[in-house]
Amino acid sequence: MEEGRKKTIVKLIQVEKSFGQTDVVKKLSLEVGAGEFLTLLGPSGCGKTTTLRMIAGFEQANGGRIELEGVDVANLPPNARNVNTVFQNYALFPHMNVADNVAFGLVEKKVKKPEIKKRVSEMLRLVQLEGMEKRMPSELSGGQKQRVAIARALVNEPKVLLLDEPLGALDLKLRRQMQIELKHLQRRLGITFIYVTHDQEEALTMSDRIAVMNGGMLEQVGTPEEIYNHPRTRFVADFIGESNIMEGVVKETKQGDWQLYMDCGSVLLSQEEGCRPGELHYVCIRPEKLKVSAAPVEGFSIPVQVVEHVFIGSQIRTIVKTTDGKKYKISSPPDGTLLPAESQGFLYWKSGNAVLLPDDEQDGAPLEKGEDAFAIEGGEAGGSLV
Amino acid sequence: MRHNQMNKTTGKSREFHPLAVGYACLIYLFLFLPIFVVILFSFNSSARNIMFEHFTLEWYGRMFQNRQLMEAFWNTILVAFASTLIAVVIGTLCAVGLHKFEFKLKQTINQALYIPIVIPELVFAIAMLVFFTSLNVEMSLFTLIVSHVTFSMPFVVITVRARIAGFDQSIEEAARDLGANEWHTFYRVTLPMILPGVISGGMLALTISLDDVVVSYFTAGLDSTTLPLKILGMVKKGISPDVNALSTLMIIGTVGILFLSTAIQNHLERKQDSRTSSTGMSTPVQSRKASAP
Repeated sequence: MEEGRKKTIVKLIQVEKSFGQTDVVKKLSLEVGAGEFLTLLGPSGCGKTTTLRMIAGFEQANGGRIELEGVDVANLPPNARNVNTVFQNYALFPHMNVADNVAFGLVEKKVKKPEIKKRVSEMLRLVQLEGMEKRMPSELSGGQKQRVAIARALVNEPKVLLLDEPLGALDLKLRRQMQIELKHLQRRLGITFIYVTHDQEEALTMSDRIAVMNGGMLEQVGTPEEIYNHPRTRFVADFIGESNIMEGVVKETKQGDWQLYMDCGSVLLSQEEGCRPGELHYVCIRPEKLKVSAAPVEGFSIPVQVVEHVFIGSQIRTIVKTTDGKKYKISSPPDGTLLPAESQGFLYWKSGNAVLLPDDEQDGAPLEKGEDAFAIEGGEAGGSLV
Repeated sequence: MRHNQMNKTTGKSREFHPLAVGYACLIYLFLFLPIFVVILFSFNSSARNIMFEHFTLEWYGRMFQNRQLMEAFWNTILVAFASTLIAVVIGTLCAVGLHKFEFKLKQTINQALYIPIVIPELVFAIAMLVFFTSLNVEMSLFTLIVSHVTFSMPFVVITVRARIAGFDQSIEEAARDLGANEWHTFYRVTLPMILPGVISGGMLALTISLDDVVVSYFTAGLDSTTLPLKILGMVKKGISPDVNALSTLMIIGTVGILFLSTAIQNHLERKQDSRTSSTGMSTPVQSRKASAP
């Protein structure tokens, strides 16, 4: 994995883009290595598609530099860039059959006819569409159209393949299947993929690295494990997977330790790094890392009431309520012992399982809207739990 | 009774009331009987359009020997095809431009396209006449073609624009992405996709130009008479059978163009998608005919 990142193939340096008064991408810098599968992940309107379109050449950046293989491409039109795009709605040519669609780029490059025929049929075999050469796009299913779109882009052997939510229009089962196929295809061909999605699960499944975007800026870039286990901002913690987020102020105790004081209790902090005394901090804990016990655990002083248990197949979801009325969720394996509902308990987690984040959101606006961490996520993944 | 009810649910192949059938027949008779009479009398050996005597092709022969008539015929063909070609090129580019670019006065230009269609044809014709005279341009085939382009171009723009409107912008982006420059993108992707609209716009322009009387009357020179003008002149002296023969040929020609254009459009659209844009063919014709004095 590491050697694949040796050579940088796409480089964005302080790239800016605005439409009218709206800044869509703000001073974004990013490097993508050869053979890497990088996902731009973020909510809709975060600027991820615009970033992709700037790399493809459909949009001109207002500031900064975009380099492909070390060359500034600011003045190159899309047809002069060695990248190809798979569009969200496939964008197949409706007046051409499958073979002609796939051959389009090769015809533009004036490749000889027998060579075109050979490469088209090889590519169609690769995406499992043999024998479909003469079909028109209107006669294909959504999944088949997507395969044609992928074949049409890959047949040109681009240095980078840009994919703009390519699986967005497919149903869940087909999407899962195509995720795996795409990942295999990318490994086999060794082509750099830059993949845009708003689906965090898709990003975690497929990517070598994920770049989480929000409001036109990068929140965090890292491997799926880093992003999931060590989110660096509250947004990332909240957007990727599920998180319990508690807020409190860090103070130094008489013993010289750091303690986080929250409305619902306090926690002794094991690591001091990143602590700024007297300031607001967030603690993010994944539901599977959060635990509740009947007896107090050393260092933790967060009394809770168990609200209910929800059986969701592989796991049991426990909802607990702190003294300030906020609810948190815990997931545990179904074979463990559970505190009965309505009983009192104490929250704790193993040291190193929670992430402490200083409050460096510019305005904190998106954080205040929910009563608790729960409500923010409610619409996305755990809607049934609230 | 039972039979009727069953058909009510399917809504197909219902047996019609005899009165309804008779009513429909009357309407078709009203529409087509005059045309049929013209065709019939073109084969009539009597020179008077009152009684049918016996079958002859004499008038067709005479018509072809009438040099003035033939000259007018070739003028008409020349003007129709030249003006259609120019209108299709300008109109298609205009429609593509209006779709692709955002600019000031775009809305105004969009609205202004309807002006040549809705203003009374006579007013339009006089406007053309005044325009040419004020520029000291002598009336000729040239002025005739220019004025025909002026009134047929909006029809092309409107039909092509209707076809473009439902377009996915990213299809053109895909072509650029796959290495096509702007010109290749236009003729390999954009043009084939809008071709049904271009053809129906062209057919519309052609038929309007072929039978135009009012505008041609004002903008044709002495040696550039068109067929409709010539016929108008002949009719003033009474309807001779060779006019019937000529009219019959024109009917056949026009119906032929109509069928051809429908066939081409259907073929192209079936090849591409199931989108139906054949409505572009009929409605503007009606609106133009309605505005004609």
